[in-house]
Amino acid sequence: MLEIKDLTKKFGTKTVIDDLSMTVKDNEIMAIVGPSGAGKTTLLRCITGLESVNQGQFFWNGTQFDPTNTDQKDTIIGVVFQDYQLFPNLTVMGNITLAPTMVKKLPLAEVQKTARELLARLGLEGKEDLYPFQLSGGQKQRVAIVRALAMNPKILCYDEPTSALDPALRDEVAEIILGLKKQQMTQIVVTHDMDFAQNVADEIKRVEQID
Amino acid sequence: MIQYIEQILPALLSGTKMTLSIFFWTLIASIPLGALVGLGLIQKFKPLVWLLNIYVWLMRGTPLLLQLIFVFYGLPILGIIFQRYDAALFAFILNYTAYFGEIFRGGFQSVPKGQFESARVLRLSYGQTIRKIVIPQVFKIVLPSIGNEVINLVKDSSLVYVIGLGDLLRAGNVATARDVTLLPLILVGIIYLALTAVCTIVLKMIEKRENVWQ
Repeated sequence: MLEIKDLTKKFGTKTVIDDLSMTVKDNEIMAIVGPSGAGKTTLLRCITGLESVNQGQFFWNGTQFDPTNTDQKDTIIGVVFQDYQLFPNLTVMGNITLAPTMVKKLPLAEVQKTARELLARLGLEGKEDLYPFQLSGGQKQRVAIVRALAMNPKILCYDEPTSALDPALRDEVAEIILGLKKQQMTQIVVTHDMDFAQNVADEIKRVEQID
Repeated sequence: MIQYIEQILPALLSGTKMTLSIFFWTLIASIPLGALVGLGLIQKFKPLVWLLNIYVWLMRGTPLLLQLIFVFYGLPILGIIFQRYDAALFAFILNYTAYFGEIFRGGFQSVPKGQFESARVLRLSYGQTIRKIVIPQVFKIVLPSIGNEVINLVKDSSLVYVIGLGDLLRAGNVATARDVTLLPLILVGIIYLALTAVCTIVLKMIEKRENVWQ
């Protein structure tokens, strides 16, 4: 269970998130929805440690943790970015195995085996040796999901997972997210797409722009 | 004529060896050093950036010929004495590192911020990120500009004649002055053309290899 308590984030004098608290239960999908500029992505960036917070605490199963602390090798949070940010110079397999082998020092063969299983599960078998530019948008997104999963995170976060895809692929993403839920993955989805949120989420957190 | 060519060729080839030696060691040292300078130029620590900018400005803003003369004839006045060959290498490496540094700075800046963030959430360290993700992308971006400098370096190496090193140009010049014939200078030109042609081909091969990803 992820708990966030009294989170406040300011950029200069502008408060983007004001005293927000929320709880994400295990194996549940939490959707964070709201209009553009409401601070959804900022909230996600605070949770993933890409932004430091002005105030607030994070707890994982009751133990406090600091998302910005990159020394911790046991990742709690995995992220799938809106534009995926795959590494263009590495193959699909290279993208997935880089962090587990370099950060967790796991043996390459073992990581590759896990990667193949994950790729097959998301319908990407045979794509191991392709480079990101050779993949479609949907395929890139799934590689980004596998890359995040390979670090074995407790929670997987998505930033606007449907915004860069055409409508037909929206249901496919929903299926993937729901499929991961069946495998006990806790997930946070930031989206402006209310229909999508209602389709996948167990709980919806609305954020509004602060004036 | 063939006989004359055979007669002066050993001198020209020995000069070529000097040219290649300057060329080779300058590249070996100044490409990695340039990458470091480029990395320094994108840091947030301002004093470092200023210092590196002043260095780059000095090296790019004054003639390489002046720098060579300064190192070999000027520094001894201050008690710093270099051998001819060391003086040449020192000046060339300092000069080319500045050019490569500027090229690498541009390369580093064109890697999207998202790549750093993506690496960060995967818990890769800064060093790992630079080595495995950033440098390979930067290398591909800067390759054409580096190629230009490499070709320039082949020709710039001829400047070492001012400090009395026996390079290719000097060998040709000596033969022409002695024998009053154009032939040595034409041969020198042909050898430079051959050297730059080889560089061009090697660079094209590297570029082709880098084209497996985009």
